[in-house]
Amino acid sequence: MLHLVVCIKQVPDSREIRIDPKTNTLIRQGVPAIVNYYDLHGLEEALRIKDRHGARVTVVTMGPPSADKALKQCIAMGADEGVLVSDRAFAGADTLATSYVVAMTIRKAEEEWGPVDIVFCGKQTLDGDTGQVGPGVACRLDLEQLTYVEKVEHLDLERREIIVHRHLEDGVERVRAKLPVLITALAELNEPRRASLPGVLRAARYKPMVWTTNDFPDLDRSKIGLRGSPTIVAKTWVPEPRKVNTEYIPADPPEAAAEALVERLFASDIAEKLGWVQGVRA
Amino acid sequence: MSDGTQTELQRGEPRRDPKRRKPMVGLQPEGDVDWSSYRGVLVVVEQRAGVAKPVSWQLLGEGRRLADKLDAPLLALVMGHQVAHLAEEAICYGADRVYLCDSPELRDYRTRPYSRVCLHVIRTFKPEIVLMGATYTGRDLAGAIATHLPTGLTADSTMLDVDEDRLLLASRPAFSEKMLATILCKQFKPQMATARAGVFEALPRDPSRTGEIITVPPQIPPEDIATEVLEFIAATDRVNLAEAEVIVAGGRGLGGPAAFAMLKELADALGGVVGASRAAVDLGWIDHRHQVGQTGTTVRPKLYFAIGISGAVQHVVGMQNAECIIAINKDPAAPIFQIAHYGIVGDLFQIVPAITEAVRARKAAGGLRADGEGVGFSLTGAGSGGPVRGAE
Ligand SMILES: Cc1cc2nc3c(=O)[nH]c(=O)nc-3n(C[C@H](O)[C@H](O)[C@H](O)COP(=O)(O)OP(=O)(O)OC[C@H]3O[C@@H](n4cnc5c(N)ncnc54)[C@H](O)[C@@H]3O)c2cc1C
Ligand SMILES: Nc1ncnc2c1ncn2[C@@H]1O[C@H](COP(=O)(O)O)[C@@H](O)[C@H]1O
Repeated sequence: MLHLVVCIKQVPDSREIRIDPKTNTLIRQGVPAIVNYYDLHGLEEALRIKDRHGARVTVVTMGPPSADKALKQCIAMGADEGVLVSDRAFAGADTLATSYVVAMTIRKAEEEWGPVDIVFCGKQTLDGDTGQVGPGVACRLDLEQLTYVEKVEHLDLERREIIVHRHLEDGVERVRAKLPVLITALAELNEPRRASLPGVLRAARYKPMVWTTNDFPDLDRSKIGLRGSPTIVAKTWVPEPRKVNTEYIPADPPEAAAEALVERLFASDIAEKLGWVQGVRA
Repeated sequence: MSDGTQTELQRGEPRRDPKRRKPMVGLQPEGDVDWSSYRGVLVVVEQRAGVAKPVSWQLLGEGRRLADKLDAPLLALVMGHQVAHLAEEAICYGADRVYLCDSPELRDYRTRPYSRVCLHVIRTFKPEIVLMGATYTGRDLAGAIATHLPTGLTADSTMLDVDEDRLLLASRPAFSEKMLATILCKQFKPQMATARAGVFEALPRDPSRTGEIITVPPQIPPEDIATEVLEFIAATDRVNLAEAEVIVAGGRGLGGPAAFAMLKELADALGGVVGASRAAVDLGWIDHRHQVGQTGTTVRPKLYFAIGISGAVQHVVGMQNAECIIAINKDPAAPIFQIAHYGIVGDLFQIVPAITEAVRARKAAGGLRADGEGVGFSLTGAGSGGPVRGAE
């Protein structure tokens, strides 16, 4: 049977993060945690393949014990198994250390449930926001890497081939690759389903597997957590809010408002930068 | 430390899995390395069909500054098929030395062959800093390279500098752009960063500059090119938000899909593209490709119209760096006005068509540069850094 692995991360809902004006630090207290937006699109695509072809869908996450809620949400949507890799020693990981642990986890999941055919990651996380973990995992597992996928056009299990559409700034690329592959999902990929009633019931009773460092005999401890992270956050600061003196243009009558706006745009350096006035001045 | 993770992962149980391809050979890190021999700032030039992305020249501009500060050479890597002219261009834009790998296998970007070449160049010529654009392709490649080397990689930098210890200080927005963080990589070389398009300035093109071009053989094993790019479909309808200079964006205030046609008219008159808030996208009024913001596209146009958009933080983080922001909203308390340069408090259904008319009138009166195409000005940057349409 096909084995699909979905990598998810529990992230703080960024709407709720505020800056403490006195200390200039983030206020994380009381910030609700959600499953990273793009990861749900990865999960949905895995579930669609499961619906069509039959597959086992394993969801993995590295995070604190409370991340089991995120896994339960995925179970409710229809995933078969959820694995939480959690250990203090994993804390403080940057993308290099994260991709190492996630890759080790997938490898272990392969031992449990069979070799993986497709790994799904999100395009990026809302907190880390790098999009680097997906390519990192693909490299480590020697999977073909298909990033920024907005459509799975074709999956041929006989020939073990997949055709996807990759989104780029200036267009879309149709790419054909051989399984196993790693896909990073865009929001365009699909519309994530709601949890089903049986799913919710299963999730309520479900206890995700929890793996710690002890479950990985081959783990190289110099490659995990803070120690295994080459990047160092040297400093953080809150940028000066951009000072804008909004010039209000009276809305009435609309024609006058429009004329006034266009007049101002032409008088500003924007017009020149956009090349609107070049020819006139030259 | 110098022992590679790739090796490490292969070290456990040998894979007996028939589905799996063999591990990539030749991509393991070398043995013990002396970091002090690493020198120079390398910019990886991104191109499509022989046309460089503007971010490549922008990074050469910034790279020049860093290299001068380090008293080190500015290097560029050009990969592709029939791209020798870009090596010359890279010199015009500031590079001292260009590594050129020109091969039919590199016609389309694919992770493995490009990684192969990139890793070869980095390991052979040992730059201390490697910069790439934080584009889809740049992120795809940088993520692979940094894992293979291995080294630290800072994503999406918006400020770059070096200190007296030759450390790269790469600063990037964090937590929905509420904070900035400076990231260092002390233990590994090269220090890598991707950097946003439109943030740094390219140097003026100087055809009199001279430099060295070193040809690099591709040496790409056939198993690396298993993935095939079947076709590239260029963005139609100009939904190239990331590179657009003028964006006319609408939100829930538009009340329905029909009003986006009205925005399109203004966008067309200005030679721009239509953007949208997530609310409008979620309501199904317009395709997600148009979405600006945290879960859409981060944009940096010269001109941004926010029409019927309240200015939620997730929207604002994606467009706040527009040079000039115009907000049209009937609610004077809408947060969007806090970052707008021009605000019009009123009904968008009356104001937007009036603006479109005013722009058209200007054009008809010859107030805009005429270029015979009816559109008074060009969409620079909306493609490729190629020649500006209608430039004299
Ligand atoms: C994880 C996450 C990620 C998100 N990512 C994004 C993202 O990437 N991009 C994004 O945009 N949002 C994003 N959001 C959603 C965001 O929080 C807001 O809900 C959304 O931006 C609101 O869109 P809006 O301004 O169009 O709608 P509203 O907030 O409903 O605002 C509509 C505005 O139109 C005005 N209006 C109404 N009628 C008229 C009229 N006739 N004339 C003039 N003005 C009128 C109203 O006064 C109002 O200010 C995200 C949310 C979450 C949770
Ligand atoms: N701690 C984690 N556990 C599992 N998957 C992760 C983790 N962090 C990141 N990922 C995956 O990698 C993707 C990219 O994350 P990032 O590189 O942090 O932007 C996410 O969308 C997830 O699919």
